[in-house]
Amino acid sequence: MLLFVATPLAWWLARSHAWFKEAISAVVSLPMVLPPTVLGFYLLIVLGPSGPGGWIASLWGARTLAFTFTGLVIASILSSMPFVVQPIRNAFAALGDRPLEAAATLRASPTRAFWTVALPLASPGLLSGAVLGFAHTVGEFGVILMIGGNIPGRTRVMSTAIFDYVETMQWREANILAGGMVVFAFVVILSMTLLEKRFARARA
Amino acid sequence: MSSAHGMRAAFKGTLGKFTLDAAFTAPAAGVTALFGPSGCGKTVVLRCIAGLQRFQDGAFEIDGDVWQNREGLFLPTHRRPLGYVFQEASLFPHLSVRKNLLFGAPRGGAAKGAIDFDEVVELLGVKALLDRSPRNLSGGERQRVGIGRALLSQPKLLLMDEPLSALDRVTKSEILPFLERLRDRLSLPIIYITHDFAEVERLADHVVLMRKGHIIATGPLAELQSDPSLPLAAAQDAAVSLDGIVESYDARYGLVTLAVPGGRFLAPAPPAPVGEHRRINIVAEDVSLSREPPGPSSILNVLPARIVSATPLESGELTVVLALGAKGEGGRILSRVTRKSWDQLGLAEGESVHAQVKAVALGARRDAPA
Repeated sequence: MLLFVATPLAWWLARSHAWFKEAISAVVSLPMVLPPTVLGFYLLIVLGPSGPGGWIASLWGARTLAFTFTGLVIASILSSMPFVVQPIRNAFAALGDRPLEAAATLRASPTRAFWTVALPLASPGLLSGAVLGFAHTVGEFGVILMIGGNIPGRTRVMSTAIFDYVETMQWREANILAGGMVVFAFVVILSMTLLEKRFARARA
Repeated sequence: MSSAHGMRAAFKGTLGKFTLDAAFTAPAAGVTALFGPSGCGKTVVLRCIAGLQRFQDGAFEIDGDVWQNREGLFLPTHRRPLGYVFQEASLFPHLSVRKNLLFGAPRGGAAKGAIDFDEVVELLGVKALLDRSPRNLSGGERQRVGIGRALLSQPKLLLMDEPLSALDRVTKSEILPFLERLRDRLSLPIIYITHDFAEVERLADHVVLMRKGHIIATGPLAELQSDPSLPLAAAQDAAVSLDGIVESYDARYGLVTLAVPGGRFLAPAPPAPVGEHRRINIVAEDVSLSREPPGPSSILNVLPARIVSATPLESGELTVVLALGAKGEGGRILSRVTRKSWDQLGLAEGESVHAQVKAVALGARRDAPA
């Protein structure tokens, strides 16, 4: 999900000459700086019954997107976006104009040049964007708590479940979950580093 | 004015502090060299022709096909039937050499009479490289693949932006023969950018001289070389390149007889079949003049000629333009003589002389300076 939104956005940020593109870029990066409660608060308003999210939800008869799984997904996409967009944007920017110009002189339409030249050449950036995005989504807590409400069976995720266990003094369960997440994070980061190294070697 | 045959280019605009105002016509055949010092705007012109750079005030057409005009027509690069060879080959690093070569090739096989994959591979000598990655190629190999890739997109016009300038001297002299074969074997118009006149002398048929964003002259190579009003004829190493036809080959002495308009030259050369075209480069400093046919001498080439003009240089020497043939009906060459010789011989414009050129001077093919 994240990649589908982030890749075109990163492409546009890397290639466009529009004057407002840095403003858009700053907006995308906001969740990196703001406390999760700020983002969560605004999302509640937007996705809630009286915001546009509520209007969209009414299309299929629901009252609100807040405290639902859909709302959760939207919230995590927004809060993880900067971590995905940045590496992909950098990868596209690092390509420079030349490979795309070369493709154009070989009759490749802009679409074909994007799929056959830009994407494969930027694949290391896409990979690290995907891994960072996934890892950050799993680690997200504050926004999730605010927008999801931590409803068991519906909008409870690992990070909020641990919070519950600790609150209710269930140390053993908390330990299992927390330990599991530490191991998971370790594996993700390690495999990402190793993959990037292999990519670098293949490209050398 | 519209011409069905040939190329017409006109581009006008500014890029930062640089102003380009360049318009020229050239035949849509053979090699047209765009020559000028670095930074004079040659590459900008080429990028405009390719559609990689857009000036509102720009126009280009070739053989009646309009790629761009001032009325707002502008074909994007990928719709222009051209091939572009960049200064650094700019191969796609994620694709093998074979896939790079075929990237621009029309899907479903090339049409009849088109440029053939095997032919290009053979012409450029890249057969052994096909399954390798461009990362493991030398500079010269990469440039050859880049040229092949451009050719296989079946262009109607090949644009080459200083394809040799990023290469060292040895690699350069390796690639030049490939370019000569390309010119001779494929009937494809080429626009070739360079700031090295030695490359122009070897490859070009037609020249466009550029300086500071403007075009100062355009015409057939030998014509510009022998025009005393242009800086080419005044240069220390001024020379004229003449295309001759092999009349005979003397294997005993390793000498070839070349017929050029208005005369014949003997030049040392590797064996050449009769009827083949050969280019000789006659350096002005190697040409001396005499009033009477000289007696026995080691100089093999003595050609009657007529003096067209004499232009004094700052050094006190003269650049003399000669028309070959007793009546001056043939091709033009240059001679560099001192003012003293000129006065002692009592020469003047319009007089008949004998031009002498050592055969050895015609054989030494000057390497492109690094």
